[in-house]
Amino acid sequence: MASNLNHRVRRHTLKGLHFFGLFTAMMVLCVPGLWIVLNSFRPTVEIMAKPPVWIPNDLNLDHYRAMFSGIGEGGVPVLTYFANSLVISVTSTVIALLIGMAGGYAFARYKFNFKGGMFVGLMVTRAVPGVALSLPLFILFARIGIIDTHFGLILAYVALNVPFTIWLIDGFFRQVPPELAEAAEIDGCTRWQAFWRVEFPVARAGIASAGIFAFLTSWNEYALASQLTRSTTSKTMPVGLLDFTSEFTLNWGGMCALAVLMIIPALILTFLVQKHLIAGLTFGGVKG
Amino acid sequence: MNRLKLPPWLVLLLPAIIILSAVVLIPLVLSLYSSFTSYRLTRPDSIFNWVGFFNYEKALTDVKFWAAFGRTVLLLTVALNLEMLFGLGLALMVSKVTQGQRLLRTMMMFPMMFSPILVGFQFKFIFNDNVGLVNNALQSLGITDQAIPWLVDGHLAMFSIIFAEIWTATSVFGILILAGLYAIPRDPLEAAKVDGCTAWQSFRYVTLPFLMPFIYIAMAIRSLDVARAYDIVQIMTNGGPARRTELLWTLIGRTGYVDARMGYANAMGYISIFLAIFFTIYFFKKLTQSRKELGMGA
Repeated sequence: MASNLNHRVRRHTLKGLHFFGLFTAMMVLCVPGLWIVLNSFRPTVEIMAKPPVWIPNDLNLDHYRAMFSGIGEGGVPVLTYFANSLVISVTSTVIALLIGMAGGYAFARYKFNFKGGMFVGLMVTRAVPGVALSLPLFILFARIGIIDTHFGLILAYVALNVPFTIWLIDGFFRQVPPELAEAAEIDGCTRWQAFWRVEFPVARAGIASAGIFAFLTSWNEYALASQLTRSTTSKTMPVGLLDFTSEFTLNWGGMCALAVLMIIPALILTFLVQKHLIAGLTFGGVKG
Repeated sequence: MNRLKLPPWLVLLLPAIIILSAVVLIPLVLSLYSSFTSYRLTRPDSIFNWVGFFNYEKALTDVKFWAAFGRTVLLLTVALNLEMLFGLGLALMVSKVTQGQRLLRTMMMFPMMFSPILVGFQFKFIFNDNVGLVNNALQSLGITDQAIPWLVDGHLAMFSIIFAEIWTATSVFGILILAGLYAIPRDPLEAAKVDGCTAWQSFRYVTLPFLMPFIYIAMAIRSLDVARAYDIVQIMTNGGPARRTELLWTLIGRTGYVDARMGYANAMGYISIFLAIFFTIYFFKKLTQSRKELGMGA
């Protein structure tokens, strides 16, 4: 009897602990982000209030209005930054995806010498810290004259994304049984047709998620962009965030509004691919 | 004509090799060269001023450099281990939930969408001693009536940075370990139960070994962009107060761009590149090894 009760008490405490732990963890993960979203709707007076105002009594769109009309403090040309970010991210993603598909297919379907070494070699280029790479890239790009252009940044981001794209796409092509393409070739397809008509459609979802991952990397990158861009002609949004800072003050409300603008596309895209992304990373890595 | 025909795998890999050589390898060769010169951005012709190993000697005898080096290794060790542990805990907790798992998984991925620089600003705001969320909460709850200088005190600043770093990357581990938990075959776990293993024993000797490849994938992914911590640190403290949070990357950035001493900065950059490459190769090795142990190797 006593042991039975003991057992039940223990199970209840465990359940309670589990719930408490999960709740705390989720709070820690979500509150900092939601705090930013909340503050983008609050007037600066309320953000700066001392003692703090806990229950917002005045939510408005002032920071967004100021941001989009460019009349806010310092007049940050947010729309230009948004367009720059979009053009650079999309173009570099498309190119990285094409190169990554070719490379990933090579790793998944062909056998050659030093395959493992070559794979790690490609990955290592991704590990070079952005700030260490930005110094020589800055000198080189300045010499060629592609500093502060879309082209320069696109080039840098393609190189940044290619290794990881290859890794992911390699994993997706491995899941496609080679017999499928062989059957197509027996039926009279060329190798290219077999790839395009059979293997590509099967791996398409995975390739799309590799693309979104590459897009997010370019969308969020700062270390390279901060050195390779100079003016509104090519500044991206992460660099644009710094426009809200001045020597001694920080326009928190305006910055939060731009932050929300940055997060929304990322949010939508991440939700779209989360399932494929996990599958891609684990299959590519484990079953490889 | 046919003698020049390349094997198909090389043709397919060629675009990747070309772009990576152009954007990564050539600049690195250039920076290797300039690290042997006294190159300054302000005096372009100084790139021909060969100084041999002077910059490396200077870096290796510089106390500031070693302090930054030690701090970087410390940050990486502490952060990666804690991220792994928290991620494991998070994944175990989420996998035990019976309802609403989808929602929890989505919430878990929330921090992954934040640009590192945004994370920097976000925590600079939250840890702000005057208007930050943390101090406001502590004061409203009556725990302290003074403003705690989170980002101004050396030790607290390092803590805040590690907190921000862990916040961004724990979900990477959590999500991948969760995927591993789903993939565990049921039979060995049941066999362990039948043989009378305690919950801890079956976790330690059945679940954990099976999760190891997944942990190493997460580690490998993380090691590919550990330097993203640069963005966070640069925004939160910019290496301050009084260089108490100076990391290799912020030191390189400052020497290169603010002091314009490119040659010296590149020499330090090379040391940090080797550090990053070491981490990456180490985890990829571990990954293949643990795969082989589980009999999943190619």
